[in-house]
Amino acid sequence: MSTSTVGGPALPLAPHARTEEYETDRRAIRRRAVSISVALMPFAFAFGISCADAGLSAWHAVGFSLLVFTGGSQFAAVGVLRDGGAPASAIASGLLLGLRLLAYGVVMTPHLPGPRWKRALDSHLMIDESVAVGLGSGDPSNVRYGYRWGGLSVFVLWNLSTVAGAVVGNSAGDLIERFGIDAAIPASFLALVWPRLLDEQQRIIALVGAVIAATLIPLAPPGIPILAAGLAAFVGIARARRQDGPPAASAAPPAPSER
Amino acid sequence: MNASSKGTIVLIGVAVGCYALKAAAPLVLGGRPLPRLLDELARFAPAALLAALVVTSTLADGRRIALDARIGGVIVAALALWRRAGFITTVILAVATTAALRAVL
Repeated sequence: MSTSTVGGPALPLAPHARTEEYETDRRAIRRRAVSISVALMPFAFAFGISCADAGLSAWHAVGFSLLVFTGGSQFAAVGVLRDGGAPASAIASGLLLGLRLLAYGVVMTPHLPGPRWKRALDSHLMIDESVAVGLGSGDPSNVRYGYRWGGLSVFVLWNLSTVAGAVVGNSAGDLIERFGIDAAIPASFLALVWPRLLDEQQRIIALVGAVIAATLIPLAPPGIPILAAGLAAFVGIARARRQDGPPAASAAPPAPSER
Repeated sequence: MNASSKGTIVLIGVAVGCYALKAAAPLVLGGRPLPRLLDELARFAPAALLAALVVTSTLADGRRIALDARIGGVIVAALALWRRAGFITTVILAVATTAALRAVL
């Protein structure tokens, strides 16, 4: 590692590249990414079917999976259409569900460096699973690696399964439930948040976030409980600021209590 | 308007809107240090967002709280993680538990 600084700030990954731990982390990330993608396949299949139900073509179905590429919004928008809703309300419910993506963007921004066009491409991969696999990485320099693996592997299998569902057009709801496949999603998210729960600060934030989300499920449209749970971060921010004290006096922000 | 052209309008609207939501922060705020508050949010929000994903994917059925076999699967997943099981083992145990509970109940 004696020459690790030669590459300058453009190569932050280089010093780690040959360490065993780093490779193990990357192998684990790839395994997680692929298994989550496989677990999602029946849902994409079901999405293809619900498009057929709503009177949409297979082209529409795969158009949603390619261009919208965030499952919840896809299901919400097509569901409204299937129930005979107006296009405007179908769009609104899709976007309402997508509001949480704003919060994901803020969380991922520090991990998506590089030129604008790369950030623009990376952004399209922003879904629950890519963000979760990225943040589940033990090494901060692997967050983007996990995000891209999560995003791309879901992208490929999600789209293939959508086409299959749209073409076959049978009921997958039974299959998903009978084989317990719907439990794979929360179990994956739990496995990805688990390492954070070992830290007291993070555990408190997770708990507050979980309570906010559970409380809002019956009160707000889907998607909003997740977005609102992000507010639990302020608990951590307040605690951290109390511990660290204010930064340099000249740059002191308003006290946490005013936030 | 027929179903197909309605579908096209909705497809375009949701695709453009969702992309804007995804790309807003990376394109507007990216490429330079985040303001302090957003930097702290980026540090502390992940635990809350991930926990919220666990809760909603376990309990939510649309706007209803559905107490069903998934909960058993997630509890077994938590036990497995506590016993230091790996990712795939954890997920398979959760799926198998949920399937078994549904078969029995």
